[in-house]
Amino acid sequence: MHTVDLRGVCCPANFVRAKLALEEFETGEGIRFLLDDGEAVKNVPRSLKAEGHQLLSLKEAPEGYFILDLKKGED
Amino acid sequence: MTEQSEKSHIDLNQLKAGGFIKERGKDLFSVRLRVPGGRMAVSRLKKIVEVAEKYGGEFVHLSVRQSIELVHVDFKHINDVAEELGIVRQKVASCGARVRVPVACGGCEYNPNGLMDTQKSALEVDAKLFGIETGHHKFKVAFAGCPIDCPKSATNDVGFQGAVLPALERDVCIGCGLCAKSCSAGAIRMGKDDKPIFAPEKCIYCGDCIKVCPSEAWQTEKRGYTVRIGGKWGRNPLVGTLFATFLPEEKVVDFISAVLAWYQENSEGLGRIRLGDVMIRRGTDSLLRDLRRGFPEYVVDTTSPPQVINTQIGKRP
Repeated sequence: MHTVDLRGVCCPANFVRAKLALEEFETGEGIRFLLDDGEAVKNVPRSLKAEGHQLLSLKEAPEGYFILDLKKGED
Repeated sequence: MTEQSEKSHIDLNQLKAGGFIKERGKDLFSVRLRVPGGRMAVSRLKKIVEVAEKYGGEFVHLSVRQSIELVHVDFKHINDVAEELGIVRQKVASCGARVRVPVACGGCEYNPNGLMDTQKSALEVDAKLFGIETGHHKFKVAFAGCPIDCPKSATNDVGFQGAVLPALERDVCIGCGLCAKSCSAGAIRMGKDDKPIFAPEKCIYCGDCIKVCPSEAWQTEKRGYTVRIGGKWGRNPLVGTLFATFLPEEKVVDFISAVLAWYQENSEGLGRIRLGDVMIRRGTDSLLRDLRRGFPEYVVDTTSPPQVINTQIGKRP
């Protein structure tokens, strides 16, 4: 699965970066995002869901960041 | 201008609801336009610009309650301004001891946080209650679409805040934990079985869990307005307290009318006094009782008087 590292990127730039990254993939492909705790993990998954992508799981890494897996939705 | 109209001809009906506010300079007025909920059609805005260029000053002022105010309008042009704005059905707002134009956020149509259609509610309240004379003091209403509450609803005489009560369908839940992570109120934590545990007494009804849930396991059980009464700002600020939860939008106008009736009845002999100060003097029991009669399913069991804000300046009368 391809990983997009959005750690250290603030809202809303992280969401915009995620959107741009998703343009490189086909519908149905799985993509992994690394997100900071706080604003990022609260907002980015919700915005990606609202754009029609399917959220698969969220896991906290021991280092304190979050790993979000999703399946790309229809363009 | 014809020679005849050099003499001031003012239709006093235009001034009835107020909205023409005396400025410092001789003969000059600000004209406060009625913009319920702060939404202004672009076509109407164009006409306002035209009228402002013709009769107003170099700028307009955006009031803190979402009105557009034309400044430096000469007394003798008040009729012309009202008439020309009337072409696009732009009405003048109010001032004084009346029900004011309701304030609202953008609402739920395009703001992803919005839970209730605050624009619709603001328009309805404006159409049915605007300008009613209270006999005592001003009366302000505001609508916030969600508990983030950008319009600061509880600083109004009656403040409405969009709310949803979530409910979990356990079988559909995939145990991702996004809801627990999203919940700012700390009302959701993940149990040992990787399913969320909900503490309703901590919930502020923002709906973030429902919005983030990837599997639609969190559903809306109830939707409506959280209602707080008795707030105001100004010299001696008060924050309104809770009187109803999940009030449906179709009950909003009747609810405000019931609060107004209590206000008018209970401020007899108290002069120019805001609702919150009446509640502090008379207590909140009879208001709670009156409202419970009309809205039994939504009115809370107990509440407290409006909360006094310590401004640290002067001494509260």
